[in-house]
Amino acid sequence: MTRSPSSPGFWRSPLRGPWLTSVLGVVLLGGITVLFVTGLVSYAAYNPNLAPVNDKTPDKGILGFYLFPWPTDPHWLYRLNQGVHVTLGITLIPVLLAKLWSVIPRLFALPPARSLAHALERISLLLLVGGALFEFVTGVLNIQLDYIFPGSFYTLHFYGAWVFFAAFIVHLVLKTPMALRNLRHLREEKDDLVSPRPDPPTVSRRGALWFVGGGSLLLFVTTVGQSFDGLLRRTALLAPHGGGDPGSGPNGFQINKTARYAGIDTAETAEDAWRLVVTGRTGTVRLSRAELARLPLHSAALPIACVEGWSTSDQWWRGVRLRDLAALVGYDDDPPDVLVESLQRRGAFRRAALRANQVADPRSLLALYVNGEDLSPDHGFPARIIVPAAPGVLNTKWVVRMTFGDL
Amino acid sequence: MRRPMPRPTLRSRIPVGSPFQLLLLAASFALAGYAGVRLLADDWFGVAVWFVGAALLHDLVLLPLYALADRSVVQGLGATGRRDWAMYVRVPAALSGLLLLVWFPLISGMVDRRYRLGTGLSPEGFLARWLLITAVLFGASALLLALRLRRAAKQRPPAVH
Repeated sequence: MTRSPSSPGFWRSPLRGPWLTSVLGVVLLGGITVLFVTGLVSYAAYNPNLAPVNDKTPDKGILGFYLFPWPTDPHWLYRLNQGVHVTLGITLIPVLLAKLWSVIPRLFALPPARSLAHALERISLLLLVGGALFEFVTGVLNIQLDYIFPGSFYTLHFYGAWVFFAAFIVHLVLKTPMALRNLRHLREEKDDLVSPRPDPPTVSRRGALWFVGGGSLLLFVTTVGQSFDGLLRRTALLAPHGGGDPGSGPNGFQINKTARYAGIDTAETAEDAWRLVVTGRTGTVRLSRAELARLPLHSAALPIACVEGWSTSDQWWRGVRLRDLAALVGYDDDPPDVLVESLQRRGAFRRAALRANQVADPRSLLALYVNGEDLSPDHGFPARIIVPAAPGVLNTKWVVRMTFGDL
Repeated sequence: MRRPMPRPTLRSRIPVGSPFQLLLLAASFALAGYAGVRLLADDWFGVAVWFVGAALLHDLVLLPLYALADRSVVQGLGATGRRDWAMYVRVPAALSGLLLLVWFPLISGMVDRRYRLGTGLSPEGFLARWLLITAVLFGASALLLALRLRRAAKQRPPAVH
């Protein structure tokens, strides 16, 4: 019966075979490993162990075994990590689709299981394929702000990655030796993927690989530009933060969430209404924006880098050093952690904590100005945090309260 | 005391397989279970539907659909004796479809409001840019085919009557 997909003769493509599957598998082995590692690093960048407000997956248990205090050097660390994670993920989509296509006959193979180990391996493959697609789909939807998945992105993408990884390890232990053997011996082995009655070819195997690579290249060149400014950003024709900038002038660079989205009322940020409340060892200090501007001001050139993978080049921020604010409330030589609170009505990071090493860095500012002008409302007027190498959401905008001390 | 019933045929009917594989799989399922209970903690049904649904939707809907589309292109061209033109249709169609698949929320406009409000950028233009890229892909493919046909016509020896 060649009309049933469980019959080998049903599958007619002359391309399928161990060589093609092995090439695609080895590319995914390297690529997905980078995705997994950069994903874990991104989670560490949030400093989830510092304070509950930073941790969207507090039940992580042992899955947070590797966490470490996030450094502030080099200042482009998060920008690079997240740019690689998202851009590489998008670039690998055609490889993943081609890999799944190359092994689809095995989904229908009979008998369903040859042994207990084989039956369990096939269940593991459901976790592998379901997990891979789940991770790619949630990631691709999240960067397009399409929050239709069933829960918080952080929870789904983090735990989903571990479920996937459990199956991925088994798959690579069981299959990598064979894949490498297939690649070393260019002579084609016969296996169940090779069609017993193939159609005449319309493209060679090498041609098919170029085809997949072309798809990856197209996605790459229409995405990667969103990690750069100017003309390069314009080349990211379909990426969410490609195309162009939201404005022109000093405040014209990319915005994560606008003041309107965050529910900021201009009455609250007016000069006579807004006060920064700083609390610490020696009590509480209230400062108007004019008083802040009379404190010693410092500059830092730092990027905005979002978990969604896009980033800006370095912007020239000017404001009060976080460690100087700590000194105002009694921490002269030993800047502690700080809890930063925003005026914003919604958003998962209305409140965010920074670690002592981030507070101590001389480039960490409560910025009042950017590129020589007052911050615009969308970039956090009256004042925002900017910390080297920190994920975008930890650079709290519309800051209203800072509480220094051990969290 | 009852003696256990002998089960002579069971072992031969269901082979166990490699013990190394079994141990590896057990470890893997344990780790997947540890992460899985956390993944399923809030909305277990919704997450399970997404997780399993993603695999089913890909394997039983997306893949058969594009395989059928590809087969009908190849057979259609084959009927007119132009089977070797398949790549000239397949490549631009697949690349365009790939872009649509990845950027569907932006291209379809389903996130317009949140996108404009969130980023301050205009959500218009994604559809137009996708259509233009598609036009360039098919146009370039047509141009390559035309060049190939011209070259073939030049190399063909002049017909002898």
